[in-house]
Amino acid sequence: MADLYTVTDLHLSLPDMVHKPLLGSAPRIDILHGLNFTIASGEVLGIVGGSGSGKSTLGRVLVRLLEPTRGQVLFDGQDITHLDEAALRPLRRRFQMIFQDPMSSLNPRRTVAAIIAAPLKLQGFDDTSRRVDRALDHVGLPRAFRGRYPHELSGGQRQRVGIARAIAMEPEFILADEIVSGLDVSSQAQVLKLLDDLVRELGLTLAFISHDLSVIRRLCSQVMVLHQGRIVEHRPTQALFDAPQAAYTRELLDSIPLPDPDQPWAMLET
Amino acid sequence: MLDARGMIKRRLGLRLWLSGGWLLLLALAAILAPWIAPHDPLMQDLFTSRLPPFWMDGAEPGYWLGTDSLGRDVLSRIMHGARVALIVALIAGTATALIGATLGLIAGYFRGWADLVISRMVDIWMAFPPVLFAILLIAVMGTGLTSVVVAIIVIDWTRFARVVRAEAMSQGAMDYVASAQVAGQRRLGTMLTEILPNVLPTIVALLTLEMGIAVIVEAILGFVNLSVSTDSPTWGGMIAEGRASVHRAWWVLVFPLITLFLTVLSFSQLGEGLKDRFDPVLR
Ligand SMILES: Nc1ncnc2c1ncn2[C@@H]1O[C@H](COP(=O)(O)OP(=O)(O)O)[C@@H](O)[C@H]1O
Ligand SMILES: [Mg+2]
Repeated sequence: MADLYTVTDLHLSLPDMVHKPLLGSAPRIDILHGLNFTIASGEVLGIVGGSGSGKSTLGRVLVRLLEPTRGQVLFDGQDITHLDEAALRPLRRRFQMIFQDPMSSLNPRRTVAAIIAAPLKLQGFDDTSRRVDRALDHVGLPRAFRGRYPHELSGGQRQRVGIARAIAMEPEFILADEIVSGLDVSSQAQVLKLLDDLVRELGLTLAFISHDLSVIRRLCSQVMVLHQGRIVEHRPTQALFDAPQAAYTRELLDSIPLPDPDQPWAMLET
Repeated sequence: MLDARGMIKRRLGLRLWLSGGWLLLLALAAILAPWIAPHDPLMQDLFTSRLPPFWMDGAEPGYWLGTDSLGRDVLSRIMHGARVALIVALIAGTATALIGATLGLIAGYFRGWADLVISRMVDIWMAFPPVLFAILLIAVMGTGLTSVVVAIIVIDWTRFARVVRAEAMSQGAMDYVASAQVAGQRRLGTMLTEILPNVLPTIVALLTLEMGIAVIVEAILGFVNLSVSTDSPTWGGMIAEGRASVHRAWWVLVFPLITLFLTVLSFSQLGEGLKDRFDPVLR
């Protein structure tokens, strides 16, 4: 399998506005400290780590919502590290993102159809209406939901709209940042099953950020463990769970009670 | 799947009907005043001076709300005064909203140096006492409709700029804005299609409020004789004249006051009513 992403010596620092002096520029806090990894095409990569370990920051670099301070990010062989918005625009169709909080990521004053269609129109698709229908079908929402507003949906349905928006453009890569952490257990299971199906059906490459190892274990083929902006372990899921190498990984594993890994998805749905 | 939500009728919106009804009535009266006003608002006739309103002893038919000390018909003067009041409300209100909201939107969404410049300007502006500012301005520009409108814009654009800036800033931090960026939308496009619809309800509420304020400011300027020229009747001018003879002819003061009060109230209620009725988030 070819590598979709190749990340070399990735550093990122952000200005620290809290400690900004009255005059002059703010001091910078380093958030990512030299990450090296690749994401193979078709891979489902789990990114785990404690709160504040830099998972979201790393994810936002991959879809270039953030610009690295140092290092290099190759997407399908193309250097996207410092591309500006204009240069990124044609590439945007190829990597998409699903956000953690669907209440915040769906414009409250637009209908479901408008929300899913907006990126399609921006990227110049002409059969937007048909694509919206197909995306709704894919995520298991009735087409009658087209005219609804986000607040007229349940949490799980909202997150499906977020997924529909991401897959409607048929991207090669999707970043999912803690997309089930705001949902109740049964919606969680349904959304995860949906994602699992979509990855297989559409041949997606997925980076799945979570702090929940049991979810990662079910969904992902590779796991990357982040701790304070550094990769402490990055291995195939099975190997990592069988014999964690880093002390921090063992700590994470010990702190989370894991259910029986052979339990099928269906059992989780109530 | 049955969706019962559409079946539940929204609250009738009594507020919207009452306030909208009054403003519509007033607008019709203002537009049609030259044709439907019972009398020439400027015609003086000392034989008919200080006639009381229709239900009192000594009332003359045709003079529904009585006449003032110069014998001019109060109802006709209120109708003609509505023209100035509504024109000022419409033009000054809209222009103030347009200027203030645009600057606020840019400052709140683009941040950076644009925000720095606009916010400083607002701060400096607000250090001036507004009414003094308006009077000074009219003293320099001379009286007239344009001066009144400009005075209102100059005084009140900061209200829009401040509120809209704060609102745009909090909307700008939402993930749907990041999502638009992931979709490849330009920043200006995001401001217009994502942020603006979400601050629009605030702008509309402020706009109707501003129209009410414009009516008051025009009345105050009319009261101190700084509004449009004395040949066209204004509510403020009528109130000033009525005050002088309130003991002998209270109606000259009270009817314009009631009209002014109802109009300002209606404008402020209209905003709330529109929001209840049309904002999808509240539906
Ligand atoms: N805009 C920002 N400015 C300054 N620091 C930030 C900003 N965003 C995140 N951080 C810091 O970066 C670190 C990593 O954040 P994040 O990537 O969101 O972590 P995670 O998603 O793993 O919880 C945290 O310590 C956080 O405080
Ligand atoms: Mg996070």
